Amino acid sequence: MIVVTSGKGGVGKTTTSASFATGLAQRGYRTVVIDFDVGLRNLDLIMGCERRVVYDFINVINNEANLNQALIRDKRVENLYILPASQTRDKEALTKDGVERILNELRQNFEYVVCDSPAGIERGALMALYFADEALVVTNPEVSSVRDSDRILGILASRSRRAEQGDIPVKEHLVLARYAPERAHRGDMLSVDDVLEILGISLLGVIPESPAVLQSSNAGVPVILEEGSDAGTAYGDLVDRFLGKTLPHRFVTVPKKGLLQRLFRGS
Amino acid sequence: MLLRFPHQTDPEPLPFELKGSLFTLTVLHLFQLDPSAIERHLTEKIKQAPSFFNNTPVVIDLEGMAYPPEGVDFNGLYELLRKHGMAPVGIRNGSPELQAAARLAQLPVLPESRVTGVARKSERTDPAPTHSQIISHPVRSGQQIYTPDGDVIILGAVSAGAEVIADGNIHVYGVLRGRALAGVKGDAETRIFCQSLEAELISIAGRYRVSEQISAADRGKPTQIRLVEDRLVIESLNR
Repeated sequence: MIVVTSGKGGVGKTTTSASFATGLAQRGYRTVVIDFDVGLRNLDLIMGCERRVVYDFINVINNEANLNQALIRDKRVENLYILPASQTRDKEALTKDGVERILNELRQNFEYVVCDSPAGIERGALMALYFADEALVVTNPEVSSVRDSDRILGILASRSRRAEQGDIPVKEHLVLARYAPERAHRGDMLSVDDVLEILGISLLGVIPESPAVLQSSNAGVPVILEEGSDAGTAYGDLVDRFLGKTLPHRFVTVPKKGLLQRLFRGS
Repeated sequence: MLLRFPHQTDPEPLPFELKGSLFTLTVLHLFQLDPSAIERHLTEKIKQAPSFFNNTPVVIDLEGMAYPPEGVDFNGLYELLRKHGMAPVGIRNGSPELQAAARLAQLPVLPESRVTGVARKSERTDPAPTHSQIISHPVRSGQQIYTPDGDVIILGAVSAGAEVIADGNIHVYGVLRGRALAGVKGDAETRIFCQSLEAELISIAGRYRVSEQISAADRGKPTQIRLVEDRLVIESLNR
């Protein structure tokens, strides 16, 4: 059970959830990704399966459909399933008992259950993180995003089931998205080191600010499938690191300009 | 929050406002009521420390005293003390008859002090046990830690938007970015220690400073904060 969370909206949670789940499935693990953003359904769009949604998460919680009816199998990657959110309900429909029952059922059939949390710290976000074993905390290199992530880390440490029951704490990973090394270098943005210093958790991956993210989400393709794109490569590394590989972080330093670039930009 | 800010919504300015406050007052422990004996001793005291007796408010403590058969002249006592540079603000302790006589002389009766007699002496040598709390994780934005009756020791950072409150001292073995309020029950001897001061707000016994009032020179360093003559003083620990 892995939650992808952030506190703040628009930082790249759903993009990260989609690519992370796709990456795990590509590497042979049976994976399901659940959209907890009831009322503001987005994951299906980014995964490109919005036209195949019949039943949703809330239908299953209310026993109006069973899991097999609601799960959508991804057409591109084997072992990958999507459980979409309901667009017509609100987050009050997420009951703790209902969520727990479905997560337990999914755990029996899948090696990884990825929960895409909504923004905020209200019911939807709390339900998404409550049962988590690990958390990917998505942050942008700006102060408000970092502060909201700090808040979420506090909630993970105090209000998750593991915290309430005194188990081993939820394992926290930092995903720094929309990172632009040049702007961090100039001081327009917080640097990787600044963010790590404030949040004090281990860095799982740095995703560069990239036009590929916008293009692929509009096309309904998780960016990790865009081979050769910088963001896609970064997500690939991130998944490998999550699975235990040691890889150097890319896209964190300012690339040296080539001779031609220097000539033409006249720096 | 433990700090109050003035309301600005009233349409008319109020003529006054009543608020509770704590004062340190000199207590005059009276052992006998003989005016001439009191005056003799007073003159001697004034010789030792003339500057002290300059309209100094005092509370007259009548602990253990009974109403004497010859009666008490509180008005006379009041005048005597006024003459020697003391301003009696009230009495405390004493028998009910004594207290009634004081009320008649317009002297308010203050509540009894909680520590009295023998108990007071033993407590001075043996301070009340404190209950420290050790927090071995960072304090994140939105979290609040309150340690009643003791110190709080934090092994990690206090994030912006977090709040650490203690009746005693605050020790932060990390960066202090949030708010730290020590001595919230009024203990002015308490201090705040941190490895790096980047706080949003620091407060000791109700005296506070917000981030804006902390100079750049004091920031980012191992620091202690304490009260000196009712003012917050920020000192570097690297000397």
